[in-house]
Amino acid sequence: MPDSATLEAVNIDQDEGNFSYPEDYAHDAGYGLNEGTVDYISNIKGEAEWIREFRHKALKVFFAKPMPTHWASKDLENIIFNDIRYYLSKGQTPTRNWDEVPDDVKKTFERLGIPEKERKFLAGVEAQFDSEAAYSNVKEELTKEGVIFVNSTEGLREHPEIFRKWFGKVIPTGDNKFSALNSAVFSGGSFIYVPPGVKVKHPLQAYFRINAENFGQFERTLIIVDEGAEVTYMEGCTAPKFETATLHSAVVELVAMKDAKIQYITVQNWSNNVFNLVTKRGIAHENAEIRWIDCNIGSRLTMKYPGVIMKGRKARGEVISIALSNNGQHQDTGAKMIHAADETTSNIVAKSISVGTGQSTYRGQVHIPRHLKGCKNNTECDALLINSSSRTDTYPAITVRGNQHATQHEASVSQVSEDQIFYMKQRGLSEGEAMSLSVNGFVNDLVREFPMEYSVELKRLIDMEMEGSVG
Amino acid sequence: MSQSLKIENLHATVDGTEILKGLTLEVPKGEVHAIMGPNGSGKSTLSKVMAGHEAYTVTEGTVMLDDINLLELAIDERSRAGFFLAFQYPHEIPGVSNANFLRAARQARLPKGEEVDAVAFYKEMYLKMDELGMDRKFTGRSVNEGFSGGEKKRNEILQMMMLEPKYAVLDETDSGLDIDALKIVAQGVNSMRSPERGFLIITHYQRLLDYIVPDVVHVMFDGRIIKTGGKDLALELEEKGYDWVTKELVPA
Repeated sequence: MPDSATLEAVNIDQDEGNFSYPEDYAHDAGYGLNEGTVDYISNIKGEAEWIREFRHKALKVFFAKPMPTHWASKDLENIIFNDIRYYLSKGQTPTRNWDEVPDDVKKTFERLGIPEKERKFLAGVEAQFDSEAAYSNVKEELTKEGVIFVNSTEGLREHPEIFRKWFGKVIPTGDNKFSALNSAVFSGGSFIYVPPGVKVKHPLQAYFRINAENFGQFERTLIIVDEGAEVTYMEGCTAPKFETATLHSAVVELVAMKDAKIQYITVQNWSNNVFNLVTKRGIAHENAEIRWIDCNIGSRLTMKYPGVIMKGRKARGEVISIALSNNGQHQDTGAKMIHAADETTSNIVAKSISVGTGQSTYRGQVHIPRHLKGCKNNTECDALLINSSSRTDTYPAITVRGNQHATQHEASVSQVSEDQIFYMKQRGLSEGEAMSLSVNGFVNDLVREFPMEYSVELKRLIDMEMEGSVG
Repeated sequence: MSQSLKIENLHATVDGTEILKGLTLEVPKGEVHAIMGPNGSGKSTLSKVMAGHEAYTVTEGTVMLDDINLLELAIDERSRAGFFLAFQYPHEIPGVSNANFLRAARQARLPKGEEVDAVAFYKEMYLKMDELGMDRKFTGRSVNEGFSGGEKKRNEILQMMMLEPKYAVLDETDSGLDIDALKIVAQGVNSMRSPERGFLIITHYQRLLDYIVPDVVHVMFDGRIIKTGGKDLALELEEKGYDWVTKELVPA
């Protein structure tokens, strides 16, 4: 790998949003994946034996499982697992005070363009710099209320009585090849517990960033919200551009107990060499609600289908998703709604935008079995094609058995009309500005679901993506 | 420096068919000119060619906006140079609010690094909407989406008022308007009449010209201006009908 001076030289003056800084890693598991890698990670973290075993078991499952290329993209075959480093760390323990955060990390936040106002939000932030939390500060009031907000290592070490019960239960290791990979080498991510009745006022945030060539990031998140409690979690990613492929494979598990509410918001902007293969699923107990609000921009290939298992009566699941794929990118996204109790309700609204040779795929699974009654599902997926070389595919699989349910499905494919662009240009907007505005208009009703500071960022990301799409 | 919108010997084709066949006219700053003509005479084509619509090819002639050769500019550059077209059929922009659209159009006119002053912008917009009798709720509605014909045309005039062009072409702005809406639209245009601005009003009917009184009236037929006169020409045309144009004014 190039030395830090070369890296710096290579990364200067790249396109806006693509940047990186020289790395200085105290711990590095080296390239490739074998039992030694898993032991190395487990040793560094000083993990309990049951976690080490969990990792080793997962590694076996990972090796045994074939790539899902029979239904997904053949591009998966291009991931060379031996060219990836599976663990990197600053060797830091998470810091709780902004002043203690290293300057280069702060500089990264600055380059990410996080406005001053938003930095204040970092007061309640878990910010992951590479694979360890560089900054973690749970607001005092949260601590007082008994909210636990830590990284995965700390969560499993300090609070096993809370987290062990659900860890790997919502998404079993063997769910798919990449959940197995994550289970073997996970580090970082957020572990959150909200006690009964506590309604967390401010959204908890995490900023992620990949910063080393060939470095895969495998964060692990588990959020447990106890009876009648509520929380909103937000994650956002900006990755620097590198010449070789990078693998990101997270596992996110959510547990909403009776009457609880979880809202999980993601804005991702991966550079276009990243494989982003993420498994996200939640269990909603009686009268609980889980909402995934998801925006995927960039990456070489994203495969992500946030799911909700509605396990208790009157549970609700929702996926709101925006995907934008540009040249050479493929967004294969969707939702899974598994109805497992009476009177459960699910809602899926997915919008995708394909630019240039970008490809968007919607894959949805809705499952309502015969023995239930009073279940409802609504699925809407709309695709917008920008150029004649853009592509979109829709695979909605809605299985409804029994006759006591209500489902509704709508899908549309549209193009930005030339006349609309002409009209906007006549008012003085450049082609790029006109396209940006049209695309932002297309997703506007969904963008409203994002918190203010994210919607601003999102608009900026869409503008940046549209800049190169015309001319 | 010239102070006019000057079209000279303009020829334009669409799909290989010539629609404009050597059209010449000049709108000096401070004047309102009207173009009248039967359907199919090329009136709307003229407005689109001036705006730069890509479906049309200019084969000959010039369009000068003061000293700027409009035909050498891209569509958006023409707009920013001070050329405005009020569309006969304004397009809808789903999901983009009127306020955001206008703000983006204003922003496009500022030098890099400068931002629209949001407070002043809204104040100005509300004032102009009041003038046009537009409800405040229109600021938050998507551009032209679900608007009635009259609301769309009013919205065109609002955009014109906010962008303050040097020259404005109004393409059949009166079509689809009832008399009350027509009066309001006319009032908006009249309030913008100024020694610094020229108007070219394209219309099929004389009705609009009762409210926006033109300085000069041109009659267009088969891609050319075949007669030019004062405001009375519009009345004469209304009275005698377009048959008069085709039979008496066009040399056999």
